[in-house]
Amino acid sequence: MEKTLLRLITCGSVDDGKSTLLGRLLFETGSAFDDELALCGADLSRLVDGLEAEREQGITIDVAYRFFATETRKFIVADAPGHEQYTRNLVTGASTAELALVLVDAARGILTQTRRHSYLCRLLGVSSFVLLVNKMDSVGFDQAVFDRIVADYAALGESFTAIPVSALTGDNVAARSPAMAWYEGPTLLEHLESVAPGEGSNGGPFEMPVQWVGRQDKRGFAGMVVQGSVRPGDRVRVMPAGTRATVSRIALGEDELEAAVPGQSVMLSFAEEVDCSRGDVIASAAYPPEVADQFEAVIVWMAEEELVAGRQYGLKLAAQSALATIHTPKYEIDVDTLEQVPAHGLQLNGIGVANLWTDRPLVFEAYEDNRDLGGFILIDRVTNETVGAGLIRHALRRSQNLHAQALEVTPEARAAMKGQKPRLLWFTGLSGAGKSTVANLVEKKLHLAGRHTFLLDGDNVRLGLNRDLGFSDADRAENIRRVGETARLMLDAGLIVLAAFISPFRAERRMVREMLGEGEFVEVFVDVPLAVAEERDPKGLYAKARDGRIPNFTGIGSPYEAPEAPEIRIDTDAMSPEDAAESVVRYILQEPSPR
Amino acid sequence: MTLTHLQRLEAEAIHIMRETAAEFERPVMLYSAGKDSSVLLHLARLAFAPARPPFPLLHVDTMWKFRAMYELRDRAAAEAGMELIVHRNPEAEERGINPLDHGSALHTQMWKTDGLKQALDRHGFDAAIGGARRDEERVRAKERVFSFRSAGHRWDPKRQRPELWRLYNGRKAKGESFRIFPLSNWTELDVWQYVLAKGVEVSELYFAAPRPTLERDGTLLMVDDERLKPGPGEEVRERWVRFRTLGCYPLSGAIESRAATVPELIEEMRTGRQSERQGRLIDRDGTASMERKKREGYF
Repeated sequence: MEKTLLRLITCGSVDDGKSTLLGRLLFETGSAFDDELALCGADLSRLVDGLEAEREQGITIDVAYRFFATETRKFIVADAPGHEQYTRNLVTGASTAELALVLVDAARGILTQTRRHSYLCRLLGVSSFVLLVNKMDSVGFDQAVFDRIVADYAALGESFTAIPVSALTGDNVAARSPAMAWYEGPTLLEHLESVAPGEGSNGGPFEMPVQWVGRQDKRGFAGMVVQGSVRPGDRVRVMPAGTRATVSRIALGEDELEAAVPGQSVMLSFAEEVDCSRGDVIASAAYPPEVADQFEAVIVWMAEEELVAGRQYGLKLAAQSALATIHTPKYEIDVDTLEQVPAHGLQLNGIGVANLWTDRPLVFEAYEDNRDLGGFILIDRVTNETVGAGLIRHALRRSQNLHAQALEVTPEARAAMKGQKPRLLWFTGLSGAGKSTVANLVEKKLHLAGRHTFLLDGDNVRLGLNRDLGFSDADRAENIRRVGETARLMLDAGLIVLAAFISPFRAERRMVREMLGEGEFVEVFVDVPLAVAEERDPKGLYAKARDGRIPNFTGIGSPYEAPEAPEIRIDTDAMSPEDAAESVVRYILQEPSPR
Repeated sequence: MTLTHLQRLEAEAIHIMRETAAEFERPVMLYSAGKDSSVLLHLARLAFAPARPPFPLLHVDTMWKFRAMYELRDRAAAEAGMELIVHRNPEAEERGINPLDHGSALHTQMWKTDGLKQALDRHGFDAAIGGARRDEERVRAKERVFSFRSAGHRWDPKRQRPELWRLYNGRKAKGESFRIFPLSNWTELDVWQYVLAKGVEVSELYFAAPRPTLERDGTLLMVDDERLKPGPGEEVRERWVRFRTLGCYPLSGAIESRAATVPELIEEMRTGRQSERQGRLIDRDGTASMERKKREGYF
């Protein structure tokens, strides 16, 4: 009754007989019940049928998890579909797998897909591979066919175990095949039962991300051990702070444990009072993991909407949450040829290598050393969907060694000398809404009131600082990011900065807001109906856009996402520019000046 | 040291519950007094001990559960020191909806599906932890651990998020919610082996005993109270029976059995070769009926 657990993934293209194999495994291990078998008739593949919609279309579009068990081992199978959305699904399934079953049709041999699936499984850290040459019955159980396929696969240069089977007839799945007496290796089930599980080995120094802090009596720190082992009395460090502590107790429920190993969810207590919260990593004192905020990572893109370099995404790594900005990928990996190809962004199912930086330091390991502290997901901040997955390769050197210069002349000191609170007034709205007109008037009025100001205008910035940028979504995001960074420096200098940019996307405006301190970003929505702006058309741009001469023109070929809660809203259709400017100035000057 | 399959499943479920407690504002655990609920409650207590689990229990009542289930429910909640919220759909109550007169489909829709949505909305729960397992139904095989529900509790297969490693994304907009399934990777056999290994208390109805039953449409029903009356040609007889799954008693088919202990029950499962849903009458409303119910918000 004591069993071990092995998680595996099945890879194969549509016609390799994957469903039949899974059905066969369920059948042979008694994991399917009679009433389920009765529904399938003679076709075992129907045991692993999918959703209603998929049945209608005759395809499988999502990862399914199946279970079967023998006397000594339970198996969790990630059943990743062969074609549609293959990368996203295969990567998802492989992320938890310890072993990959690579199916090949004996009659067709190694296909591009075979190579692709094997590559993705290796990338995701699957440690053990089985090449399953299926449908041996269709080639007369011929050893030469098997040997040739094994040789072809061996040319890919990785270690694996090869087994000739017929899922349809059951040969070499659970029982030795009388038709293939030439094969002397184990049956598939024998092999699966004998492979050492990849999880649960306790090599490496101890690491446990903290998920939850319990506050009964003495504080307990809850999490799952992801590497190494820990015993009461062990010296540890709480990362990223690096605080030292001594483990006084390890508990699972009411039971005290003598030790905890990888894969165990436990609650640790310390002998000392130590600051430690969700997201921290409790680690071996001698070999704590690294901490950094800039990384090189492999990014797998999983959303219909492409990756926008420069945009901020939510990032989750173990129990740590951060905001991450991804650089333009250095290159994309063609999963069929494994060549590096130039990349501008990443599309659905694209895999690329890119640098990224986070808004706070993260405790991490390289993915190849540790899946739990090296793998992260990326989350769209508007839709909240999981849009990508990342595998950390290494930290960028500068983030480890370069610390922010501690300045004695502080931003507060500079602002105090000017007697003003630095602000960024961000004018957003359609082209022709009157952003620059109003911003110019506001600057004049503030100047007359003795304030130190600077106006950053969309057109001017694009002629200089950002002249290398175009109007794609990625370039627009980078344009705004640079403006935000420039404004931030100016705010540190103590200035009131006025920025007039169409800035059509909420995500970018939010990015700038979050670059700055609390209350420093003042969003001024210069609101005007599209029809009115188009009628004004001071630069003749709408006319050109309507003629199709300017692609991606905001309001015509590209959307404008209006602010949901701007600090100030100006209706230039109903207000004169003079009145509009006055309302902005009042907002700024009425605020108390800094202490 | 290699962990056993039960240790790994236990650790995974605890991990999922802790993520839920950390990522949501107002989580709740659904509790029905079935075996999966019993295991779930046991795991929740392990996850947060010595503190109490940081969420209440919610029972979406249908008025037709077995009496023994109500007793176990109240006892288990009290023993765990957890708040127990019982919700009954007021409309179903007022209109006297019941499985005998209105059929299983309407009864389940109003008491369970609508009742659950009402309860979640009323209390503002943004995550409901439940005991569903992927092995229960073919449709469940693709269910996520963090299963996203749009406003109105609808399950849209296209909006489910990929789940990599042990990372679950619980972010959502206002009005959206999640169903959380810590037992996703458990099978029925795993549940029983765990019950045996850990001595988890489960309902006595799972174990064979002489019980008053009648046979209707080829199914044995237990006469748990006077509301179920024998029809023409039906007679109430005492039979040795037990239940593989528990729900509303007129919708739960009993199986004739002498298995009175967990090991006997596991042995019977090995040789019995019928799936557990076989006794659930609500699943016979047509092929793929579970998927349709899920889309409508059934748990």
